[in-house]
Amino acid sequence: MNFTLKVWRQKDCNSDGHIEEYPAENIPIEASFLEMLDIVNEGIIDKGGEPIHFDHDCREGICGMCSLTINGIPHAREKGTTTCQLHMRHFEDGDTIWIEPFRAGAFPVIKDLVVDRSAFDSIIAAGGYVSVRTGAAPDANSIPITKEDADHAFDSATCIGCGACVASCKNSSAMLFVSAKISHLNNLPQGFPEKDRRALNMVQAMDEAGFGNCSNHYECEAVCPKSISADNIAKLNRDYAVATVRKALA
Amino acid sequence: MNALTRAVLSFWDSSIGKKILVAVTGVALLLFLPGHLIGNLLLFAGKDAINEYALWLHELGHGGAVWLARIGLLTVLVVHILLTIQLTLRNREASQKYSHPATTRASRSSRMMIWSGLTILAFIVYHISHFTVRIGNDYNGSAYLTSLPGHDGNVHNVHQMMVDGFSHVGNTLFYIIAITLLCSHLSHGFSSVFQTLGLRSRKSEIIIKQAGRAYALLIWAGFLSMPVAILFFGYGSI
Repeated sequence: MNFTLKVWRQKDCNSDGHIEEYPAENIPIEASFLEMLDIVNEGIIDKGGEPIHFDHDCREGICGMCSLTINGIPHAREKGTTTCQLHMRHFEDGDTIWIEPFRAGAFPVIKDLVVDRSAFDSIIAAGGYVSVRTGAAPDANSIPITKEDADHAFDSATCIGCGACVASCKNSSAMLFVSAKISHLNNLPQGFPEKDRRALNMVQAMDEAGFGNCSNHYECEAVCPKSISADNIAKLNRDYAVATVRKALA
Repeated sequence: MNALTRAVLSFWDSSIGKKILVAVTGVALLLFLPGHLIGNLLLFAGKDAINEYALWLHELGHGGAVWLARIGLLTVLVVHILLTIQLTLRNREASQKYSHPATTRASRSSRMMIWSGLTILAFIVYHISHFTVRIGNDYNGSAYLTSLPGHDGNVHNVHQMMVDGFSHVGNTLFYIIAITLLCSHLSHGFSSVFQTLGLRSRKSEIIIKQAGRAYALLIWAGFLSMPVAILFFGYGSI
């Protein structure tokens, strides 16, 4: 397969970036998107050029390291798929493909397609944990929890923190990420006692990190590779209001 | 600073706090619109019906109720607009543009909320100047006084004011554009209220979305029925 790539190139965070065009020729149909970039990079290196820099790690869709906004959509148009699990068979031979970094003010570009997502770490540091030692994994059913709560916590826990929600949002809001992390812990008996403090502190950290706010566009839910539901955002809004009232009356 | 003050200030400063206040003020406006519409639809019940309604409204609570409602609505509107502008500016600062942008799910009405909102604001200023303060017309003049059965003396002829107001092509076109944008604004705003106040779930999502569309459509059809009937079908003309 042959493609024309329009790739964002940027020397470093202090330089201006621009789109450059590259041919991607003789790409096997079974190649993944990142393997296609590997092939293009080999050609660039052979010609003595600077390869296209991009983030990746497990290439199994579970680590949250790969990013890339492909044709304007983080992780591309395939539902519930990370960039590393996207395959070239989903494109047409001869397609022009636009590849840009995850864009947000809180995700500065480090180089080319690599962005700094450590703003997420500051949010997690503000409350995305359980403060006491909870021991090793407990025996099944030794801690009472309803099936619904366990399922909800698990669904939220599947968030890999890739940042696609932020990159897809017209406001660069991190509400889906923050609400998923909060739902994960607040639904569990171990995390419940810190429910209010967690909601207040993580939302404050989110605002301080420079993310925008939610306008209920639901782009985040549509592109999330783990299909995290925007119901979490509604729940966070409610939890935040309740936590504020409790804190005011404390 | 005590705990209450700290909590209130951090709520006011937070993105979620601001959005919740936008939603709460939005609810007040969503409730006002059907009331305003039902009252105005008395236009179709005849001259005396709407003139009597207007008189009742202005005499309610010895004339205090209408002012209480006006001050309340104005406060709600100002808070709604100021917070929305603050949130929009914060969003502009937080986001960056793509060279090749794309949209997957966001509806057109959700993406143009600030622009539909600002157009509605311009419309509200015009609407109040036109029919409430009555600037640039003679609706406060003696030509717009009429008798009302069961009432001594003359009352304001709201029926004639509406017929004359909507007989003007420019006015009516602006009303049609503004009410259409209001419909778009309400369609997204209605469902957003439930999401922002944490009342939406996967099960209720579709019902809320459809209810929002139905509400917006009813408001659109109701408010447009009057100018359209007067301008295009000659309703009320002698």
